[in-house]
Amino acid sequence: MSQSEALQRGVNVETVNAAGEAVDAPFTLNFGPQHPAAHGVLRLVLELDGEVVTRADPHIGLLHRGTEKLIENKTYVQALPYFDRFDYVSMMCQEHVWCLSVERLMEVAVPKRAQYIRVLFSELTRIQNHLLWLGAHGLDVGAMAVFLYAFTEREKLFDFAEAVSGARMHSNYFRPGGVSRDLPDGMTQQICAWNEQFPQQIDMYEDLLSNNRIWKQRLVDICVVTPEQALDWGFSGPMLRGSGMAWDLRKSQPYECYDELEFDVPVGQNGDSFDRYLVRINEMRESVKIIRQCLDKLEGELAGQPCKAQNFKVSPPTRDDMKTSMEALIHHFKYFTEGFHVPAGETYAAVESPKGEMGVYLVSEGGSKPYRCKVRSPGYPHLQGMDMLTRGHLMADVVTAMGTIDVVFGDIDR
Amino acid sequence: MTELHYDKHVQTAALEQLSTYIQSCCNDFILESKIERNELTITARRAEIIKFLRFLRDDKQCQFKQLIDLCGVDWLGKEERVQDNKRFDVVYHLLSISRNQRLRVKVRVGENQSVDSCVGVFSAANWYERECYDMYGIPFDGHPDLRRLLTDYDFDGFPLRKDFPLEGKVEVYYDETEKRVAYKPVDLPQEFRRFDQQSPWQAMTGNAHLAEADNTFSSDEFTAQEKEAS
Repeated sequence: MSQSEALQRGVNVETVNAAGEAVDAPFTLNFGPQHPAAHGVLRLVLELDGEVVTRADPHIGLLHRGTEKLIENKTYVQALPYFDRFDYVSMMCQEHVWCLSVERLMEVAVPKRAQYIRVLFSELTRIQNHLLWLGAHGLDVGAMAVFLYAFTEREKLFDFAEAVSGARMHSNYFRPGGVSRDLPDGMTQQICAWNEQFPQQIDMYEDLLSNNRIWKQRLVDICVVTPEQALDWGFSGPMLRGSGMAWDLRKSQPYECYDELEFDVPVGQNGDSFDRYLVRINEMRESVKIIRQCLDKLEGELAGQPCKAQNFKVSPPTRDDMKTSMEALIHHFKYFTEGFHVPAGETYAAVESPKGEMGVYLVSEGGSKPYRCKVRSPGYPHLQGMDMLTRGHLMADVVTAMGTIDVVFGDIDR
Repeated sequence: MTELHYDKHVQTAALEQLSTYIQSCCNDFILESKIERNELTITARRAEIIKFLRFLRDDKQCQFKQLIDLCGVDWLGKEERVQDNKRFDVVYHLLSISRNQRLRVKVRVGENQSVDSCVGVFSAANWYERECYDMYGIPFDGHPDLRRLLTDYDFDGFPLRKDFPLEGKVEVYYDETEKRVAYKPVDLPQEFRRFDQQSPWQAMTGNAHLAEADNTFSSDEFTAQEKEAS
């Protein structure tokens, strides 16, 4: 086996120094791909000097499903469910970015009610994602209890997703032009009731962690990222805000109705793991505020309004119409077989997903299938910075690093 | 038509100003510059891309400090590309946080050509270039570590090229005799079916706005807006 091949496979070999003498290669450790703290399928090749990490080389792609290639062979509506499966813990935010990119190319406006429903579910998804992150991060670092409490709440959120879409996780709920169907009766009250009690849950998580000596020892001053590093490595979301950059696409490049809503952007100071923990905790509190405002609007002035574009070239007709109107039948058939056509052009749409900037670069050549779709996932540049984050840290801190960047492999491998 | 729900922050004047500023400063690096859908796209010369990106990053008026994305696009068989022998595009998406603006930079690349690596300008480019090489086979000169990234070890071919079959070339199976996972050529019992539903009916293209005024549905959902208007 040649040396480069050995490096590729992460196998430890004896190396030869400049004088031609054989020297010990640094101790190489394979972390994963089946490691409980690897958050999925990460193979991390670590070079260690004693217990100190001297180099981290993540090998990714074990969950690569070639989604971009598949999307090139699907219509715009058929491609939507793939987006649930990128970052499979923040589903609706991914659907959101796909819908936005298609709407940008078609220049279709979305009714206000649909915008508020989308924002409502994007924020519920954000909480859902942060709950998983909190539980898993806590578990990695040794706090068992938070995991159980966080997952209790997460289950309730899945119930809401199930109520609107029929699926607990891969909901396939948003559509270019709106959402697939309106909220069922009583949904807003249910979400409202949950939303009112959730801040107390956050207080409880904070009671368990924020002043916990062990939690602080494991997180404070670990994996510090300076603002310059964060920009250079393409970090976004909490990874950027933790370093003191007040940058949130919901504020700075508002899409949907975010400019009509009142919320703050939590920002960290030191750029360490603990600050990112605080940023995410406070993002949940902000999401609660946003959800409350959305519910008020949906119950109030937006009640009874349409929840998809009133345009039968973009939205499918209802089944009732399909049975009675010839025109509707034709459009129903064309929508689900050929799919709508999107004008030629290219666009880049981005949303602030729970993990950072999630973007889609979409190229259309006209017709009903995309020519090229590049998904810019937030976790990808974050994991890329693994070497920068962990170099010089202890072996045990690698797990903290993985928790703090909130890795999900569906998102990174695509 | 109702107000669009995106690009509320975009100021067209500022975008045009940026476009003229960049053109005046580095006219030598640029082939083409256009603004479409509130997005500025600049096609740069392949040989000058590093200088251009460095300018965009460091110039006081640009401050494009973040490389958001880098990807390839394959234009196999497209007439104008065949003539120039420029099969691929490499597309850079930059973000300037201080200006709150995005910029798309494109480079046209031929089949046997390479692009200079911009890892020295943006550290984030490292994996993006590896991925682009992995998927399209576009080599990046001066990249510190140009290995494949997402595909399997010893993978053959470049999967996102348009001439790479969707079903792939090999599949894995568990070999009972050798007691390990092995590869064999893809053998599908039924050929992958491509339904050509693209209708020659021109009415399907570019009609989204037409339909808004011409809605003949009867259900409450689709007539709600009309009721409100009347």
